[in-house]
Amino acid sequence: MKKTFKGLYLALIVFFLYLPIFTLMVLSFNEGKTMNAWVGFSLKWYEEMFNNRQIMEALGNTFTIAFWSATIATIVGTIACIGINAMGEKKKSIIMGLNNIPLLNADIVIGISLMLTFLMFGISLNYGTVLFSHITFCLPYVILSVMPKFKQLQNLTYEAALDLGATPVYAFFKVVLPDIMPGIISGFLLAFTMSVDDFVITHFTRGAGINTISTLIYSQVKVGIRPTLYALSTVIFVIVLVVLIAINIMSNKKKEKNI
Amino acid sequence: MNKKQLFSGPFLAFILCGTLVPLGVIAFYGLTDRSGAFTVDNILSIATPEHAEALLLSLGLALISTVICLLLAFPLGLILKDSKLGQKGFMVFIFILPMWMNFLLRTMAWQVLLEKNGVINNVLGAIGLPALEIINTPAAVVLGMVYDYLPFMILPIYNALIKIDKNVIEAAYDLGANYRQVLSKVIIPLSLPGIVSGVTMVFVPSLTTFAVSNILGGGKVNLIGNIIEQEFTTSFNWNLGAGLSLVMMIFIIISMALIEKFDRNGEGNLI
Amino acid sequence: MKKILTLLLIFVMCITIMTGCSNGGDDNTLYVYCFGDYFDPELIEEFEERTGYEVVVDYFDTNEEMYPVIQNNSAQYDVICASDYMIEKLIAEDLLSELDFDNIPNAVNITSNIKTMIDDFDPGMKYSIPHTWGTYGIMYNKSMVKDEITSWNDLWDKKYEGQIVMPNSLRESYMIAAKIIGYSINTTDEAQLKKMTDLLTTQKPLVYSFANDNARELMIGESAALAVINSGEIIYSKEYNEDLEYIIPKEGTEVWTDCWAITKSVQNKEAAEAWINFMLDGDVAETNFEYLTYAIPNKEIDDLVDEPVLNPSNSVLAKCETLKNLGPEGDDLYSKYWKQYKAE
Repeated sequence: MKKTFKGLYLALIVFFLYLPIFTLMVLSFNEGKTMNAWVGFSLKWYEEMFNNRQIMEALGNTFTIAFWSATIATIVGTIACIGINAMGEKKKSIIMGLNNIPLLNADIVIGISLMLTFLMFGISLNYGTVLFSHITFCLPYVILSVMPKFKQLQNLTYEAALDLGATPVYAFFKVVLPDIMPGIISGFLLAFTMSVDDFVITHFTRGAGINTISTLIYSQVKVGIRPTLYALSTVIFVIVLVVLIAINIMSNKKKEKNI
Repeated sequence: MNKKQLFSGPFLAFILCGTLVPLGVIAFYGLTDRSGAFTVDNILSIATPEHAEALLLSLGLALISTVICLLLAFPLGLILKDSKLGQKGFMVFIFILPMWMNFLLRTMAWQVLLEKNGVINNVLGAIGLPALEIINTPAAVVLGMVYDYLPFMILPIYNALIKIDKNVIEAAYDLGANYRQVLSKVIIPLSLPGIVSGVTMVFVPSLTTFAVSNILGGGKVNLIGNIIEQEFTTSFNWNLGAGLSLVMMIFIIISMALIEKFDRNGEGNLI
Repeated sequence: MKKILTLLLIFVMCITIMTGCSNGGDDNTLYVYCFGDYFDPELIEEFEERTGYEVVVDYFDTNEEMYPVIQNNSAQYDVICASDYMIEKLIAEDLLSELDFDNIPNAVNITSNIKTMIDDFDPGMKYSIPHTWGTYGIMYNKSMVKDEITSWNDLWDKKYEGQIVMPNSLRESYMIAAKIIGYSINTTDEAQLKKMTDLLTTQKPLVYSFANDNARELMIGESAALAVINSGEIIYSKEYNEDLEYIIPKEGTEVWTDCWAITKSVQNKEAAEAWINFMLDGDVAETNFEYLTYAIPNKEIDDLVDEPVLNPSNSVLAKCETLKNLGPEGDDLYSKYWKQYKAE
């Protein structure tokens, strides 16, 4: 009884989270352009998607920006955690406070303030400014993911490694890194996801000719969003989903073997 | 100065150039008028009825959304903790996955679902139930906020819960505690850092959003985020927009300070 | 978890390779900044084939979003598309280049009635060339609204409580109130603004939602019976719901024009003028009209755009006005009252 209730609750939450996504997927097969009437089944939006240069470019930009900003943010953030961890309590809390600012700020304020800053220093907006802005707002997520792992870290093992003759760098890669790896990976994934999902900051900091999927979607609001973009979102979503399920099955099999 | 501390150098450089300097620029705009003369009018204008009302409404709706998210996410975290559903990574992914569908598109899908003549009402009508009339009301905005930010509450709580040592819980049972006591004396205190970061991650975006209220509030629910956005995008008064953003930031900092009081350890874990 | 990362990496690499990293800006490239989806994208390739230029198009959603980008020259664009009042503002701030009509021979295709409207914001049509134009009016559903709709006052009818969609934009809302009372839609008189706000406030309880882009979807889905909407939406909406009709209220309305213009910081003026000239071509205008269903003021396709709602008679147009740039003080005043109205 209790178990069914638990299962039901879980199912309800997942249903709640996936209901709108399912709706969009259905709409991507709608022959009509409107969100409010089902005209007939069609794959024409998928065809249009692959033939649309703009969409393909935006897709490329979205993922390269997300990849590089998440990678750089993860490296800079992880290294920073070593430094922050070595600081005194007072300094540490100041830095963590600073780290929280981008999380607490409204997107539009971050976007506009970055744009104004770039212009003030005579930097013309281009791919680089978008990348820089994305790294800036991804960093806090990395820090928040990696920092707790450092806290749990047993300093003794690292020191033992040093005592046994390891260089600090060697000890870091062999002893510390494996322990904090889960934090680094989740920080990277979160940063990647936030970057893909961002619109406002990209909008204000991008240069001519640089579109991401989000800016493309928002720009179509005036005349109505075309279902090609639902199709695009559906494809991305399904790819991520399939990858996830495949990994889950693979690692489950591995576990069984080990037992 | 410890040598190790130097590792945080690149990070501090990013914070300086990407956060502090732009913040200074916004503060400069907020404290000047269009001609560039110093003024505090932009800050004080928060006291005008139209701004104050929007701020109060925003605070209220953000608070309600945060509480609902917490009430939904905590039991879910407990269920997930006990369940054998795959490994940790899989569960985390299930709840991050929706974010891979564009935020605006997902919120617009809710509109299709909730509209007066929308999908949900058609289904309800077909099985003879009364229509759900929440679109274009604060209730719909709360629903949108809960939907969009629930993953931010689930993940930190789940992460805090699975870290609790099973032996501690068993020890409590062995010492004669019942489930309620274990929950209130062991599980909740030990998962507090997760709860705190979850609350932060939901409360802040709910307070500052403008997209959710625009789409699901039908323009009838005017939040402080909408007003700031409007000053930047349609009224061409960047100074006022910047001034109001500063006020909003102060409110966020105060709220955070209150929340952090519960979190003795300094910071919670997002993941 | 490591595997997830590896696969994600591969996924990203694939996409990067698939789409290619094209972003080479040289003299041959034309940068266009336009409302999203505002011309048939297939025309880009046609233009490139005809002229040999390479085109990079960027999109924005509102004039106000575009303005800071052009004002600060934060990204360099050659050609932009903007609405009437924004063109006026850009001209006043010396952000546009004058057009050389020797390079735009197709300008002869521009209809004569639109030229008088352009005079309102760009006297003598020196800086801008019309792309699309239209009016604001009331769209209603014949099966849900039994009476004949003729006036803005019909939006104040208590019968339609919870069935009316109003525009979620400040200037259009005040335009309606101004037309009912009989003020100019560009008034900056505070007493008049106050009166208009009071009038709008009495109607607020009847409103189902405030929406711009989404209004037509609400009408197609029959969630609302009446909506204030721009005339370009009717052909599209009717395609999905035959009961929908569009009228221009008898009090008159706002007429709008979206125009092409060349920025002051233009890098490739010849290409920019070639683009504008291309857009004025009869066949291109026809393609665009079919794609957009917004009225295009081009003599070559006059017979296509002969729907009275898309091409109102001169007597109707005589009662219409164009939105004008109000200046900072005017903007602040409107914004103040609009916020009060929204907060009620």
